[in-house]
Amino acid sequence: MKILRQTWAVVRKDLLLEWRGRSRILSVLLFGVVTLLLFSFAVGPDSVMLRTAAGGFLVLALLLSSTLSLSESFRVEQELRAIEGLLLLPVDPVALYYGKCLSNTFFLMLLAPVLTPVTLILYSVELDFAGFLTLFGLWTLAAAGLSAPGTLYAAMTSRLQSQDVLLPLLLFPLVIPVLMGSVKSVTLLLTGDPMSQIQSWTLLLASFAIIYWSLCGLLFPHAIEEGS
Amino acid sequence: MSQRMTKIHLFGLVGLLLLLVGSYLGLFVAPPDRYMGDVQRIMYVHLPSAWNGMLCYLFAFGFAIASIWQHKPKWDALTVGAIEVGAVLNALLLIQGSIWARPTWGVWWDWDVRLTTSLIMFLLFAGVLALRSFVEDPNQRATWTAIATIVAFIDVPLVYFCVRWWRSLHQVQSTPDTVSSAMVMPLRLNSIAIFLLVIWMVAQRARLEMIRHQKEQVDEPARMATVGGLENV
Repeated sequence: MKILRQTWAVVRKDLLLEWRGRSRILSVLLFGVVTLLLFSFAVGPDSVMLRTAAGGFLVLALLLSSTLSLSESFRVEQELRAIEGLLLLPVDPVALYYGKCLSNTFFLMLLAPVLTPVTLILYSVELDFAGFLTLFGLWTLAAAGLSAPGTLYAAMTSRLQSQDVLLPLLLFPLVIPVLMGSVKSVTLLLTGDPMSQIQSWTLLLASFAIIYWSLCGLLFPHAIEEGS
Repeated sequence: MSQRMTKIHLFGLVGLLLLLVGSYLGLFVAPPDRYMGDVQRIMYVHLPSAWNGMLCYLFAFGFAIASIWQHKPKWDALTVGAIEVGAVLNALLLIQGSIWARPTWGVWWDWDVRLTTSLIMFLLFAGVLALRSFVEDPNQRATWTAIATIVAFIDVPLVYFCVRWWRSLHQVQSTPDTVSSAMVMPLRLNSIAIFLLVIWMVAQRARLEMIRHQKEQVDEPARMATVGGLENV
């Protein structure tokens, strides 16, 4: 129970800090919208092609925005060595990991209500209410899958000078299953799924999230040991 | 120590000799493939590279777990040795695959399951080496390398199945039952040869890493003394 209390305290701290500043989520949202706009310029005004690729663009916008959000989550902990204070309190490193992971997942989930309507408008795609709910479920799984290794790597790279280069370098090849699973399932949702393939891709997303939430939770205490 | 080094060099020497014999048999004695002709002969280095590269990553995974468990420099040295040799074999695999794909499939690259998985695997472990190069503290470097290796290795089967669902073109894997016995011998010889060379190279790379580690241990107090001295001024 203690670990749950501590995890909740970490989530609450992150949400409260973000609510007071609101700079992180606003900049990440804006970045996501700009990315969607850039993709449409890259493909051109061909509406059929844009509609076909809409799912991929939406997921890529999430992936690219996630690195900003993830790196920011530990940058604030490195300022004035706040993370050392947290560990001295003492907060269990496992609770710290899951707290950070949950808040990172939550921040990435917040992108969905903004980026989805922008995608629908820019790429002329239609989606009913049930489709919206399914998309939000898929988005949550993708956000959870990105956050698990992303939080671990952000904790490590935030201590290095080359964080901006290293985090995507480590994260992008690793989350290719998340990218493929979410691109396929979102595209099937937007363009039709006659063979009912979404379930298989959803299962893949869920498996990735479960594996990496467990594995990274085990490894995180080692990652933040001072001079371990 | 020197006796152990001689034994390790023996692995390299025997590996090199076997590779020469295996390649001679593969290039000049084994018959050409009925459909692909001489192009198929690249298989005698391509498959051993693939098997041994994967084996290197498996070793790296084992060494990484040991490194986190015991915090001994030798496990870190072996981890980095296995990853580097694995990455070299992986890069060779991709190059040989492209050379083979051009006359066989008509393209240098195709989004086939094993090709794509090999490329992603290479990027995953190259990322681990990049991370390592940015960490100065030796203990932290060892722990983070081990963590990144474990995280990357667990991803490989997921990537494989994911790309397999996505699409597949690669021919079905051959087994000794499906190929001529004249082709099996050079393939086996080269696989053993590259395996022996892998042991030799990983051991050499690990030795180099241990020397670097020892040098860092010597340099660190001297550096701290200099920094301390400057602060006192």
